[in-house]
Formats: sequence, C-alpha cells, structure tokens
Amino acid sequence: MMMLIPRTETSTGWQIATPIMAVLATMITGGLLFAIMGYDPVAAIRTIFWDPLFGPAASYSRPQLLVKAGPLILIASGLAIGFRAGIWNIGAEGQYIIGGICGAAVALAAYPGEHWWLFPAMIAAGAFGGWAWAMIPAMLRNRFGASEILVSLMLVYVAQKVAAWMAFGPLKNPEGFGFPGSRNLQQYPSASNPELIAGTGAHWGVFAAALAVLATWVLMSRHIRGFHIRAAGLAPRAARFAGVRPETLVAFCLGLSGALAGLAGIFEAAGPAGQITDSFGSGYGFTAIIVAFLGRLNPVGILLAGLLLALTYIGGELAQLTMQLPAATVQVFQGMLLFFLLGFDLLTRFRITRGVPA
Amino acid sequence: MGFPRYQNNDLTKGTNLAETAVFRAERIGKSYPGVRANDDVSFAVAPGEIHALLGENGAGKSTLVKMIYGLVRPDDGQMFLMGQPHHPADPRAARAAGVAMVFQHFSLFDALTVAENIALGMENPPPRRTLSDRITQVSHEFGLPLNPARRIATLSAGERQRVEIIRCLLQNPRLLIMDEPTSVLTPQEAELLFATLRKLAGQGTAILYISHKLEEIRAHCDRATILRGGKVMGSADPRAHSARELAAMMVGGQMREIDRSGRVAGDVLLQMENVSAPAPSAEGTALKGISLAVRSGEILGIGGVAGNGQEELLSVLSGEVLTRPGSVTLEGRDLSQAGPEARRLAGLLAAPEDRLGHAAVPDFSLTDNTLLTAGGRKVLVRNGMIDHRAARAFAEEVIKGYDVRTPGPGTAARALSGGNLQKFVIGREVMQAPRVLAVNQPTWGVDAGAAAAVRQSLLDLARAGAGVIVISQDLDELMELSDRFCALNEGRLSDPRPTEGLTLDEIGLMLGGAHGMAEAQI
Ligand SMILES: Nc1ncnc2c1ncn2[C@@H]1O[C@H](COP(=O)(O)OP(=O)(O)OP(=O)(O)O)[C@@H](O)[C@H]1O
Ligand SMILES: [Mg+2]
Repeated sequence: MMMLIPRTETSTGWQIATPIMAVLATMITGGLLFAIMGYDPVAAIRTIFWDPLFGPAASYSRPQLLVKAGPLILIASGLAIGFRAGIWNIGAEGQYIIGGICGAAVALAAYPGEHWWLFPAMIAAGAFGGWAWAMIPAMLRNRFGASEILVSLMLVYVAQKVAAWMAFGPLKNPEGFGFPGSRNLQQYPSASNPELIAGTGAHWGVFAAALAVLATWVLMSRHIRGFHIRAAGLAPRAARFAGVRPETLVAFCLGLSGALAGLAGIFEAAGPAGQITDSFGSGYGFTAIIVAFLGRLNPVGILLAGLLLALTYIGGELAQLTMQLPAATVQVFQGMLLFFLLGFDLLTRFRITRGVPA
Repeated sequence: MGFPRYQNNDLTKGTNLAETAVFRAERIGKSYPGVRANDDVSFAVAPGEIHALLGENGAGKSTLVKMIYGLVRPDDGQMFLMGQPHHPADPRAARAAGVAMVFQHFSLFDALTVAENIALGMENPPPRRTLSDRITQVSHEFGLPLNPARRIATLSAGERQRVEIIRCLLQNPRLLIMDEPTSVLTPQEAELLFATLRKLAGQGTAILYISHKLEEIRAHCDRATILRGGKVMGSADPRAHSARELAAMMVGGQMREIDRSGRVAGDVLLQMENVSAPAPSAEGTALKGISLAVRSGEILGIGGVAGNGQEELLSVLSGEVLTRPGSVTLEGRDLSQAGPEARRLAGLLAAPEDRLGHAAVPDFSLTDNTLLTAGGRKVLVRNGMIDHRAARAFAEEVIKGYDVRTPGPGTAARALSGGNLQKFVIGREVMQAPRVLAVNQPTWGVDAGAAAAVRQSLLDLARAGAGVIVISQDLDELMELSDRFCALNEGRLSDPRPTEGLTLDEIGLMLGGAHGMAEAQI
C-alpha cells in the first residue's frame, strides 16, 4: 500500500521551484504526447511557447498576449484573495458572463446616443453584475451553510443559459438579419473598449488588470483586511478571536472576486469580443483558477502566470493553424499544468512510502 | 562541567549503563535558524526507569524527544536504542524500532470510536474484533478502563489521553516518551497515569517524561536529566532535591518570590449577569446562568477541570460569542453586542488557552501576531493600513518584557517552544494595559521561573488598577493569585468565596458541589 507521510522539514525555495517544474513537466509530457500522435514534438512546443512572441507571425500574435492575459489576471487577482481565506469561488466564469451582459445591456439601452458617461456606467454595471452573481453563493453559504464551491460552479451553467437567452432574445441585434447576438459594441464609439496603444493589444481591461495586481498586493500585504484574510485561511479560530466575522469575510471575498470577474466580462464584451453571443463565456473564468494557483496566490506570481497561460492560448491557436494540431491542445496543456503543479506541491509537503502489506 | 554539585555518580555508573541502557544519546546537536536547540547532548535511560527531562522553556526538551521519535533529524551526534544505532527517518521507523510517544496535543478524530482511532495509527491493524479485545485486555491490565466502542467526542481529556497511551502500549514499546502529558489532567487522572507508568516500568519499559510540574517529578521519577540552553547541565535524583533546588538547577539562579502587596479592591469594572450560551459544538459545554463581577485591583480565580465551560466562558468574555443585551458590561457600558475588536478598544482583553491556532496564528511571525489583538489599541493600524514598524517594535517590547526566548520578532509562532509562545501571548495582552483581562490557563506549559514571572505580571496589572479573571486548572496557581475564588462545573459557576482562609478541602467541595447546588436551584 502506498502512503503519504508529511515531510518533517519543508523548504520555502520549493514555493518558487514547483511552478517552474510544473511548466517544464508540462512541456515534456506535451512533447511526448505530440510525438505519439505523430507530430514533431520540438516544432510543436516551439510553435506554442516561442513562435507567438518571436516567430515569423509574431507581430500579429504578440498583441494578443495582453488581450488574453488581461482578463485572466483581472479575474485571478480576485480569486486568489478568496483562496487565501479558504473561500473557493469556482464560478468566476459565470460572474464574467453576467458582468458582460449587464454592462452590454446598459450600452444597448443607450444606443445610439453618444454620452461621455456611458462607458463608466457600463463598467459599473459590469462590476455590479459580477458582484451580484457572486453574492448568491455567498448568501447561501452564510444562511444555510451551502458549499460555495458547488453553488458558484452550478451558477456558471445558469449564466451560460442566460447568455444564450440574451443573445436570442432581449439583447438580440434588431438589424442582425435574424442572427443571434447583440449589436457590435466596437462600432458604437461611446461604448467601445478599443486598443489604446496601437500594436500592444492593451485596452482598458489591461490597465484595470495592472491596477488590480497593484491593489491586491497593497490589500494583502499592507491592509488589515488582507491580514485578516490570511489569518482566516491559516487559523480560522485565531481570525475570529481577532474580530473577523466569517460571514463578512465570505461576502467580501466572493463579492470582490465576482466584481473583478464582472469587470473582465464587460471589458471583453465591449472590446475584443464586441458583442454578447450565446458562446460569450470562453473559459477565462476557469483558466483564471489555474492562473491563481500557478501564481501561488501572489499578485506578482499571478501576473507572470497570467502571461504564461495567455501564451498557451495563442500558441495553441497558432499550432492549430500551422501544424493542424487538435483544438483541444490548449485545454490539455492547461489541465496538465494544474495537474503537475498540484502533484509537485503534494510531493514537497509529503513523502510517498510503501507500507508493509498486511 | 560547570555543574559539579548536581552531577551524581554517572561517571562510575556510566560504563555499566552504556551497556544496559534502553536508550542512549551521544553528543547530539540540532540547530534552528538563530538557535542551537540541542548542543552536545549525552544521556542514557535505563530499563524500568522513569526518567524526567527538566529544563526551562526553550531548553530543547521537545526538540530532543522529537529526534528520538524521528520527527526531527539531528545535525550531529549519535543515538542508540537497545545498543543498536538509532536514526529513524520518520516516526514509522521509530515506532518499528520500539519507540512510542504521547504528545501534549491529542491527535485523535472526534467522530471516530476509540478502536477506529487506534486502528488508524497502526501499521497493520488486526481485524476490528481482535483489536477491540486487545484494547479491553490491555486497558484492564494497566488499570486504564476504556470502552473501545465509544466515540472520542464523548471522552474527557484524561480518557482521550488513555486512548493515546493504549495506542502506544499496543505496540509494546521499549521506550515510551511523554511530552507534558499531565497539563490537561485532573489530579486524580494524573495519579492514575503514574500508576500505569510504574506498572509499565516494572515490566522493563523505559519512560522519558517531560513536565514542568516539579512536585510531580519529585514524587514519581527515578532520575532527571537537566537541560539548559540546549546543553545537559547534569543529572540528579529528583527525590533528593526540593522543587526549589530543581528549579534553580534549570534556571541557574534563584526563583523570585511572588509579591501580592499593594492592591486595593475598587469599583466593579466588569459585570456578567445571568449569561447563558448554547454549546458551540457537540463536544462543547453550554454556559448556564453565569453571573460574576470583577473589581478594580482584584483577581478573580475560576477553578475547575477543563472541559466544564472554560473555553466557552472565555469566548463570551472576548466577544467571539455574543450574549443577551445587557449581560456583559464594562464600567457600566453594555458590551454584550460588541465584537472582539470593539471590546478591546473599550478595555476588555482576553487570552485564550490554545495558543497555537486560537491565541496566535502558528504560521505568522510574532510581529504579525501582535496585529491579531493589538492593532487598534496599540495603534499599529491606521485607517486600515498596517504600520509594520510599530508592530515590530511592539513585538520586540513584548519579547523583552516577558523574556520570550526567540531569535527575533520575525520568527514564526510555531517555531517557539510551547512555554515561550505562552509568555508572548500573555505579554501581548498585559502590555496593552487592559481595564479587565481574562486569561485561560495563563501558565500552561510555562516553566516554574517563567510561570512566577507571568503570575507576577498579572498581579502588577491588578495593582495598577485593572481587574483580572484567571481561569485555571491549577489550584496552587489560583490560591497564589486570586482574591476570590469560584468553581466552574458543567457550565455553571459557583458563588465566589474569598480565597484567604479557603482550605483545599473546601475547594474540592466547591468543585464537586457547584453542580449539585446549581441543579437544586432550577
Ligand atoms: N521548528 C522550529 N524552527 C525554529 N526554531 C525552533 C523550532 N522548534 C524549536 N525551535 C527552537 O528551539 C529551541 C528549543 O525548543 P523546544 O521546543 O525543544 O523547547 P522546550 O524545552 O520543549 O520548551 P517548552 O518547555 O517551552 O516546551 C527554542 O529556542 C525554539 O525556539
Ligand atoms: Mg516543549
């Protein structure tokens, strides 16, 4: 029988080493997988991890990096705060969708008027939508002790149905020749979230993400609220003794991560996506969970992890185009990354020994 | 060695003992960042011997036994078990070699039965039926009655410890290690424990015993090895020395007398009126109609066996649990609806018993741990922003004022020895100059010298005009400190009696009778 024995002494160097080891292991395993499938492993890995930045088509794909990393980092920053406190919001994808819908709805209600306040109002509505969607699991947990993991996850599927309903119903573009989907906000100047610096891919959402990294860093390392969040994650009774009310903390963490996911949603809806369709949710909310863990729930780590996972998105698409790799490659890579990270983490905290068979 | 007075005839006996010893350590050393926890430690434990390890807080006792049990690896030196080299890589290896250990903190699952818990700790558990029979058999053999089918949640602290001991006995250990086992036991339970240890020693098992209760060691141990600052100071026959002499050997100086003078009882500061609270969990105790009053300059002692509502009473005082409006007032101000932070700002402070995980966050540094309770009162937090420098300065102040042995305020709480963390936790509250301070087991695991210092600081606090509530299992401590005494039994508090002139018999009656009295009132 295999047994896990806690290690007596663990080193802090592993904290930084494990994410790097996980990335390397993912590349190696991914390469093996490609070789088995009959692709050139070296070329495939290069296409995914190198070419998007430095390859022949890099000038096209490089701006995509920030476009993809922005929402990932924005969402992961919020998730990490809850994860530190042991509050597991798994449903950021749903909050992202609802945030996008709420923000877009404000824009579409004002269409075609041009107002200076429209874009700020959309952002507020997006944040509010994500916050409200996240308050459902918060309230159910505080009231009835329902698991926020399950409730927030289930609400993703509800949000996807809402998106479909919106795309086919209330938000459908009246001039869209019957096609599902809202008007394209990119063609509505007051409501659009354009690329701000040409050739970088940086739109308002990218700046919001940078701000979120900075703000969460201040919160977690300088503010008493962040201190209480860390305390609650490590020793809940001590946090209570300090004066933290668990209900307040649940509402704060879920609300904040929901609001940030909602923000990511509206920046996406008004920018790169341009409209609400039935497939508006594109998995950022789930990938952000990987980003948060890969970044060690640390703001700077999240920044780096967000860029890396953005790279796998772009590289995966590129490999699909140039090498005809299957479309699932990206998900497989992201899944492997999380798997290896958790695996290496386990091995740094435990040793595996063989028990004597009974 | 610089300690000739207490060195007994080890040198002549040495060669002899080296051959027959169950366990022998030779020049063991272990360093942690900034501390030499064990330095050149050599000693031997003979078969059938109850061998005490003595030393003040942070002397390195726990570190030493953790090395024997395979939890920590020595940096240098050698260990021998039954003459064989002993270098366990983990506790499994140590157990296989014949070492068993009972920890101060129980590692039992509340929801499981006695037998299930014991099976979980075994490498190859026998079938459930056989195991239950073995448990019953061993528990009778050693006079430790225990029903294998009972759930842990329903057991008292003493009974839980029996489970741990029987778990050890089932492995027929050659060496049994006990790290501060009696701190949670009633005097009767402690007696029972020693009877068991005696029986076990009679069968040739060696016992290594750590405790700060010197009287207990004098009464029951055959030999004592004294550690100071990680080094062996010598060994002594505890029966041949007074507790005072033993303490002096540990500290290398004289213990100071407690000064109770200069206190005057003033106005009532804190009042609790008919406070009831439901049990917080299945194992908790409900508080039933508790009333008390604490005056300025006064120490109110609350005695009773742990598990009778002590923790619950403290959380009602600290504000972790809120009670009926008007039921808790400080200087006439209703605090019953105020949370912990608001109570602290008003001047009502508390120090819970469980230092790792309740009074302190184990993984936080001492600096961060000051923020847990002193953020507002010591202005370590302004507009929500933490003033790390101020927090560090306050941590340093506490470390200095309470002689906390640690490399510095950046050390994680879990890296402190038990007694040193306890001193830090008490110091953190006392140094905030509370109006009323409630403490639970203030000297749990604290060595005799430091315990005297902690008690003195509570007396000084009262002298300066504060009111102090001391909840404790240690009757001597309560007699030494308190002006009035009451007993807590099954969530009910007896009427207070002046401590002066109270005999131990009367106290025993209060402890046992409080229950009966209250029940008659309903
Ligand atoms: N994991 C650790 N990391 C760093 N330092 C440690 C660690 N464990 C113990 N120490 C240090 O080693 C020294 C000895 O600690 P130890 O726990 O052995 O003392 P002790 O004699 O058991 O004291 P007490 O009576 O208070 O329990 C102390 O200075 C302590 O701070
Ligand atoms: Mg110890």
